[in-house]
Amino acid sequence: MEHLLSLFVRSIFVDNMIFAFFLGMCSYLAVSKTVKTAFGLGLAVTFVLLVTVPVDYLLQTKVLGPDCLVEGVDLSFLSFILFIAVIAGMVQLVEMVVERFSPSLYASLGIFLPLIAVNCAIMGASLFMQQRILMDPATSTQAIAGVGDALVYALGSGIGWLLAIVALAAIREKMAYTDVPRPLQGLGITFIVVGLMSMAFMCFSGLNV
Amino acid sequence: MSLFSSANKEVLTGPLNLNNPVVTQVLGICSALAVTSQLEPAIVMGLSVTVITAFANVIISLLRNTVPNRIRIIVQLVVVATLVTIVSQVLKAFAYDVSVQLSVYVGLIITNCILMGRLEAFAMMNGPWESFLDGVGSGLGYAWILVAVGFVRELLGSASLLGYEIPFLSDCAFFHNGMMTMPAMALIILGCVIWAHRAINKE
Repeated sequence: MEHLLSLFVRSIFVDNMIFAFFLGMCSYLAVSKTVKTAFGLGLAVTFVLLVTVPVDYLLQTKVLGPDCLVEGVDLSFLSFILFIAVIAGMVQLVEMVVERFSPSLYASLGIFLPLIAVNCAIMGASLFMQQRILMDPATSTQAIAGVGDALVYALGSGIGWLLAIVALAAIREKMAYTDVPRPLQGLGITFIVVGLMSMAFMCFSGLNV
Repeated sequence: MSLFSSANKEVLTGPLNLNNPVVTQVLGICSALAVTSQLEPAIVMGLSVTVITAFANVIISLLRNTVPNRIRIIVQLVVVATLVTIVSQVLKAFAYDVSVQLSVYVGLIITNCILMGRLEAFAMMNGPWESFLDGVGSGLGYAWILVAVGFVRELLGSASLLGYEIPFLSDCAFFHNGMMTMPAMALIILGCVIWAHRAINKE
């Protein structure tokens, strides 16, 4: 229980997808113009993470890992292809659900909804999960030792991403009224703001739960 | 129809400056930021992406008339994932230290938007040779931004380049600025690169 809690808090604040690993930057920069759309995309990413990470965990431990299918065979070099297939399938499902239940959100997310499939945050979470399976839960708070851990890690990463994109969108809404030098406008100043936010998040790096 | 006609040269050099994938089109930012705390991983990453973009472009360009439009994304993803798997295994075999440093970011080349962007926007409509040039151009355009950011961060962060310490600078305390090796400064330096790029190329 304690391990789950610290894994959860760590993945939101310390190992934040955006501020510590720069994952999912493309849609992060492009969709963070208004808080409402940012929140919608954040929820969609969290949901896709919640499904794909545990599925990829099961794939890795039951199918791809050493000695899983056939004695003495390690298939983990196939993980990239299988993980991306799982993600692409899931994104298709989410797209259909969003289109059915919230057409306005569907319209405002536009091309970025199918692009969740190539959102690095999703693939990155699966790849980090793959690395962390080998860690020992007794010594490391980052270890992922079961489906429950994978689920909690996915939820934490998703919430961390959601928090980051909503925060940036709120800042950018206010920033529309500021007088930024011309060449720095738009992308340049956004990067510097994200850099400052990332510095603020570094304060969490000593956090021990 | 020559191999290096002026149109083809334009395809190759355009992404290096005016049409740069990172600073103008805002593609492939994730890995551009994460691997640049030192120069060596930045160079390796830039080269890997160049190779993968070039060959994925060629393969998709050869397949463009046979693949049905509806399943093209899946086909593209499979081609890219296969190439990335090959590159990742090659790196593990011949440059193990760098591949450990790059960790998950080699795998994340699959989700690098530059690849999908070039495949969709260029390789689906052009012949293999033009697509190859376009892939090399886009890859190198991405690589030089990585190298520029990596150069600044390694020089100011640890007073060394490619792991070799620079004799005079390393005595100066400023050149051991630990802040530079933190993720936050990668964002700020890239922001400054974009600022400079836009200030030089007005439009």
